[in-house]
Amino acid sequence: MAQVMMKDLNKKYDEVHAVKDVNLHIRDKEFVVLVGPSGCGKSTTLRMVAGLEEITSGEITIGDRIVNDLPPKDRDIAMVFQNYALYPHMTVYDNMAFGLKMRKFPKPEIQKRVQDAAEILGIQELLKRKPRQLSGGQRQRVAVGRAIVRHPQVFLFDEPLSNLDAKLRVQMRVELKRLHDRLETTAVYVTHDQVEAMTLGDRVVVMKDGWIQQVGEPLDLYSRPANKFVAGFIGSPAMNFIDVSLSDAGGLWAEGQGLRVKVAPAHATRLSAYKGQKVTLGLRPEDLRVASGGDPAEYTIDAVVDVVEPLGSEILLDLRAGQTTLVARVEPAVRAKVHETIKFALVPDRARFFDTKTELAI
Amino acid sequence: MVIEKRWKTWVFFYIPLAVFVVGTLFPFYWMLITAIRPDAELYRSWRAATNTPFWTLQPTLEHFRDLMAKTTFPRWLWNTFFIAVASTLISLFCGLLAGYALARLRFPMAGTLGTSIFVTYLVPPTLLFIPLADIIRNFQLGNTPWALILTYPTFLIPFCTWLLMGYFKTIPKELEECARIDGATRFGAMTRIIFPIAVPGILSAGIFAFTLSWNEFIYALVFLSSPERKTVPVGVVSELIRGDIYFWGQLMAGALLGSIPVALVYSFFVEYYVTGLTGSVKG
Repeated sequence: MAQVMMKDLNKKYDEVHAVKDVNLHIRDKEFVVLVGPSGCGKSTTLRMVAGLEEITSGEITIGDRIVNDLPPKDRDIAMVFQNYALYPHMTVYDNMAFGLKMRKFPKPEIQKRVQDAAEILGIQELLKRKPRQLSGGQRQRVAVGRAIVRHPQVFLFDEPLSNLDAKLRVQMRVELKRLHDRLETTAVYVTHDQVEAMTLGDRVVVMKDGWIQQVGEPLDLYSRPANKFVAGFIGSPAMNFIDVSLSDAGGLWAEGQGLRVKVAPAHATRLSAYKGQKVTLGLRPEDLRVASGGDPAEYTIDAVVDVVEPLGSEILLDLRAGQTTLVARVEPAVRAKVHETIKFALVPDRARFFDTKTELAI
Repeated sequence: MVIEKRWKTWVFFYIPLAVFVVGTLFPFYWMLITAIRPDAELYRSWRAATNTPFWTLQPTLEHFRDLMAKTTFPRWLWNTFFIAVASTLISLFCGLLAGYALARLRFPMAGTLGTSIFVTYLVPPTLLFIPLADIIRNFQLGNTPWALILTYPTFLIPFCTWLLMGYFKTIPKELEECARIDGATRFGAMTRIIFPIAVPGILSAGIFAFTLSWNEFIYALVFLSSPERKTVPVGVVSELIRGDIYFWGQLMAGALLGSIPVALVYSFFVEYYVTGLTGSVKG
């Protein structure tokens, strides 16, 4: 039983209001990822859960205890830091045993737990080394090992993979996920990398400027973003945004920045209230495909290819269409040349619309 | 290209370095040579045909013997050592806690406090000894080692605090945050994690404080009066210069013996000392 509850959580520094009214219920054994651009308050939130930052107002519950006034050591949590924070003057073994020693575990128990953790992470032969003799990936493993030996109620991760190179990051990401499945412990994970967020999280919390923007399962966030920020933040390359106004001309049409497409009937009822007003049309890069003869003309766009980025499994095309630029993700079989004009068909049902003023999804 | 560079290295590196080394070491050499020169050679006219100012052919230890037998030099040495160690320990203890607090804890006026501690270090001892003399008299500490043990920290603590504060700031704060999550109190994290990592910084602060108090002159001159209570720098100068008579041999022997402990301390810890001042923590 180790759920984490945050109720009306606020953090104010002298002038900065870093975290604003955060309400979040992290269920037992759940892996929740806080994601957002730097300065969005995600790390501060995590540090408040850890007890490293004072809470300005609100309440944090871990398990069934309110922990607002508990020092970090009494919260039964473990944390992995971005720079690993290994104690440089101790061996790997002592690093991992430190928390157990502080809690006065008997020696054989400490030995057993450290051995078990080392085995899980494949670092048995490193136990006698000092941190400076380890590579980045090994340090990362030791840092994780130090967290798991304690069998805490909650794991906290503060951008733990950011200091690793790209290949190792992907590998450690998979290992972390496997580890979580094995240990079944509640985990809160902070990252600025939306790929990590999507791949690791049972649920993902998107934050910006101290506010929670949306909480949901990764694919939900992707397909039904609550607002323009989430839509643009989740997914790479980012969603294309086109400012359009809606007009009625034999069905609802979206027109703006030199483009004109029809609104799918599925969206038409919801959008009818916005007739004559400005809205933002969002198109995922993969929802733009090279049109074939059979595509209806009202759902196509003519675009000039600016840059071709072949990635092997797919090709990214940077396009100029009307007065705006778009990115399309197309099949590797497509042979597009720079400056070539191509007709693209969009998937009308998958288009997203946002209120231009409030940026909320319509 | 290589040849052109060679004369440049000589002109801009080796020759200046040689001048610097000779300039630095010559006083020590002079001290040594004077200390072992017999009196007959010492007081010979510079114009005498047999004068050999830069070396001696009859080295002698008589000045050292006289220094030990005819003055209370061993006693001075012990006084200096005791006072230097005690005031260093006091200053290190205060400096460690103050430096840690200024580097890590968030409290109102922390910045101002840090600066004002530094400013007190800049007040010259030649001004400060006047009010301090008054305080020493009021506490009836005059002519005791405590007069110095308690006044040296007035300049040692600011110094240690600043050096250690700078060092603590180079240690990632995540280390102690992690320790606190691992089960340590703030104090535990400080003593078990931060202090062991800060050993180079602590050592260099200690060495510096020790040297400063070992060599200190003005407070020792003012606050101590009886010959057997004096420290080496004051004792040598006040007891071996009588009126206009300089006992050069014994003076230099005393100076030599007085500088040996400091040289030893430095050479033992020079590695730590350099890392301490440049503040590099290997992760």
